[in-house]
This record gives sequence, C-alpha cells and structure tokens, in this order.
Amino acid sequence: MTSKTVLHAKHLEAGAKMVDFHGWEMPINYGSQIEEHHAVRQDAGMFDVSHMTIVDIEGVDAKAFLQKLVANDVAKLTVAGKALYTGMLNELGGVIDDLIIYFFTETQYRLVVNSATREKDLAHIGAVAADFDVAVTERPEYAMIAVQGPNAKAKTATILDEQQQAAVEGMKPFFGVQAGDLFIATTGYTGEEGYEIVVHNDGAADLWQKLLDAGVRPAGLGARDTLRLEAGMNLYGSDMDETVSPLAANMAWTIAWEPEERDFIGRAAITKQRAEQSTDKLVGLVLESKGVLRGGSKVIVEGGEGVITSGTFSPTLGFSVALARVPRSIGETAQVEMRKKLVDVKVVKPSFVRNGKSII
Amino acid sequence: MSNIPSELKYATSHEWVRAEGNGEYTVGITEHAQELLGDMVFVELPEVDDEVDAGEDCAVAESVKAASDIYAPIGGTIIAVNEDLEDAPETVNNDAYGDGWLFRIKASDESELDNLLDAEGYANSIDED
Repeated sequence: MTSKTVLHAKHLEAGAKMVDFHGWEMPINYGSQIEEHHAVRQDAGMFDVSHMTIVDIEGVDAKAFLQKLVANDVAKLTVAGKALYTGMLNELGGVIDDLIIYFFTETQYRLVVNSATREKDLAHIGAVAADFDVAVTERPEYAMIAVQGPNAKAKTATILDEQQQAAVEGMKPFFGVQAGDLFIATTGYTGEEGYEIVVHNDGAADLWQKLLDAGVRPAGLGARDTLRLEAGMNLYGSDMDETVSPLAANMAWTIAWEPEERDFIGRAAITKQRAEQSTDKLVGLVLESKGVLRGGSKVIVEGGEGVITSGTFSPTLGFSVALARVPRSIGETAQVEMRKKLVDVKVVKPSFVRNGKSII
Repeated sequence: MSNIPSELKYATSHEWVRAEGNGEYTVGITEHAQELLGDMVFVELPEVDDEVDAGEDCAVAESVKAASDIYAPIGGTIIAVNEDLEDAPETVNNDAYGDGWLFRIKASDESELDNLLDAEGYANSIDED
C-alpha cells in the first residue's frame, strides 16, 4: 500500500507519470524530465516534497539534544530562522540520514529528514531523546512545496500577501521564516535560488494551483535527481548510507570538530578515520564523450578501485556527470566500466553546476 | 494505451519496421518503448554498409534512465541512418514512428518479415509485460 501526498490529484491533473518512491506514489515527470530540468535552471519549477518528514523539537534540552544527535553544532545557530545542513551518525560513524535543522530559539528547532528513512530516523531520534527533556513531534499535517529557479522568488512573490512578502524580503540563503500560514525557507536541492514552503495540508492544493497560475512549472523526481546531481548534492541511500562515513561522502564540511568536548554520536569513529585518512572520498566524474555514467559502475583509479554512487546525463552541460566514492590516491583521470568497455573520465570536485552555470 | 500503427510490423524487443518498397525497410522504436525509456539523450547508430543479422544488436538508445540495445528486426545491409538524431535525440520521444526513425535496411531475406508481429500481436505482447 503506497502513501499519497495531499497534492496527488494535482499531479494527475498536470499529466504526471506516477511511480512508487520508497512507499510514496510520486510524480517522476509530467512528460519530459529534461524540459522540467531546464525550466528550473532557466525560469522556475516546483516539486512536491510533502513526503519528506518534518519533526519539531521543543524543550529545555533541545539544544543539548541536537548537539548530541548530529555532527554539526547547532550552537552555530544564533539568528532566528537560520538553518544548518548535517548528518546524524551512528556510533561507527556511518550516516543514518542527512537533514536540515532550522533554529527558532534554543528550546525550539525544526528538522526536515528524508522520507525513505522516516521510520529508522524517528526511532533513532526518539531513542536519543529519551535522555533529554525534549518533545519530539512529527508534523504530518504539513505539506511541502519546493519552488526553485532564477525566477522562483519573483514568481512566488506574486502570490504572497504583503505581510508574507515583507517577511521574506532580503532573506539570506539557508534561512526560514514563519510568514502567516506558510513557513518559507531559502533552501533547496537544485543549486538554484528559491524557496521550500511548508504549508498545512488543507492549503497545499490551493498554493500549488496559485504557483501554477503564476507560471511555475511542475517538475518531477526525475528532474529533481538530475538537478541535485549537477549541484553536487548527495542523495541518501545512493551517495551515503549507514555504512559510509561522512568523510567519504563530501560531508566533512557538515561536521563541527570544535569544541572538542562536544560528544556527538559517531565522533570517536570519525575522529580516528580523519586522523588516519582511512576513508575513501567522494569526487565528481565527467564524461565528455557519448554515453551516460550510471550508479553502481566500477571506477578504476591509480592504486585501487571505487564506485559510482550516482550518475546521470547532465541536461545543463550536455554530457554525463557522476559522483563516485574512490580511494584518496585518485589522480586527475580515471576509467569507468561502461557496458563492458573501459572509458576515460575526468576527475573533478563533486559539484558541476551552480545558478545555471557550469563550475567544472 | 500507446499508439501502435496498423501498417507496421513489430519485434517483441520493441522495434517497428516499415516497408518502403524495393526490399528496403525503415526501423525505429515504438512509442511504448520510448515511454518506458524516458527522455532520450544519446542514440548510437550503425554505419551505412554494415551487414546485420536478424536479432543482432546494432544500435543503442540511451535515455536518462538506461541504455537499451536496439536489435535489427531483419537481416540485411544498412543503407541509411538518421543522422539528425545526433543533435536531437529527443525526436525519438516526440515522433517515434516518423522523424524519430533510426536506420534503413536493405533486406537480405524478406521472408524474415514473417517472423515479426502485426500491430495486434505487438499490442498483446506488451500487455503481457
């Protein structure tokens, strides 16, 4: 039995092809995922991300709890609305999930975690929370729509009331604000400007329709994947999971090593890995000739072997790019096994497109 | 249900064949196949003058989702390939039975056409998928 988001009927209305995504019936595309991809890079597109799990954390221990739970340090968050990307680790230093934390006050935070990992995340969060004075509340009554692209903010502004427009005016990247009945955040998963908007289920279809009428194009999971991969953003379950260290997943920047006495879960394991340089690392691969790099393919590098964790055709660049987990000895080129042949690829930083432009 | 023109012949591996007269046949992939594959990003075609056997893989349709071998539905000599697909692979999605054709074969043995399906037979075969 698959779950449906509250926007299900709107997807069908827009001609969506629906697929089962970890138990959720979600739109893979509305005709052409490449056209949807270009709409986000060049104009404005929207994604139903209501399947994602919103969890509110409240209580006197909220800050201390999150300092234990995640690898980044919520003490960095001092301005109301500021957001932080990080991972929840297990004791072995593997990534249980990646998530965004919004700070409201030191007793009040909001987490957004993945849908595919919802049950284990809630179990883990609940178990860790048992030692703290916090209330953990899932918020299934909220839907979420991501509006992304160079014109996303301007098009969204046309459907906001004056008070909401004032609330988001000049908001910096990675912030969120409660504006009337909407929680509007300058976050996303595409490498473009835009918003992620949390809206009550009762108002979601109406908001979707207003955005549609404002010229925002619906985009499905297919485009979402090519956009995030071009932007070099990890997909949980592909680029990292419980067996993968954040140090092997381009997530070192999401770990706060200072202060040293902060004892977050997994700290001992990744401190050792860091000192010994013992993990693989995540790199970008570029194939400028024909063919598409695919997840799971073997990567042959100087001194060893790695694996493509995500690969795709990049509609923005016109050729294929991939993320790969490889030995640290990797040089400037590598070979990938594609359809039984070895193909030469360039090795780059794991990020390919930002704000519509190549950054290779 | 996707479009399956009645005047064409079909292979169970989702290629269509159109008789052009003089023993020449145009080959493409069906609308159903392009729907399964999704947006096409590269099409690798055989060379003109290549000799192919019926059932031989002789082209590759690579979409956002997967790379898929294309099989020659009948044997013969490749006499033309659709070079426009080099720059516009999406034509296979937009016009699978028209401008999205892949290659043309001069049949070496036209009786091999009898091994292919008619529209109804192909419709039944994809129902079973």
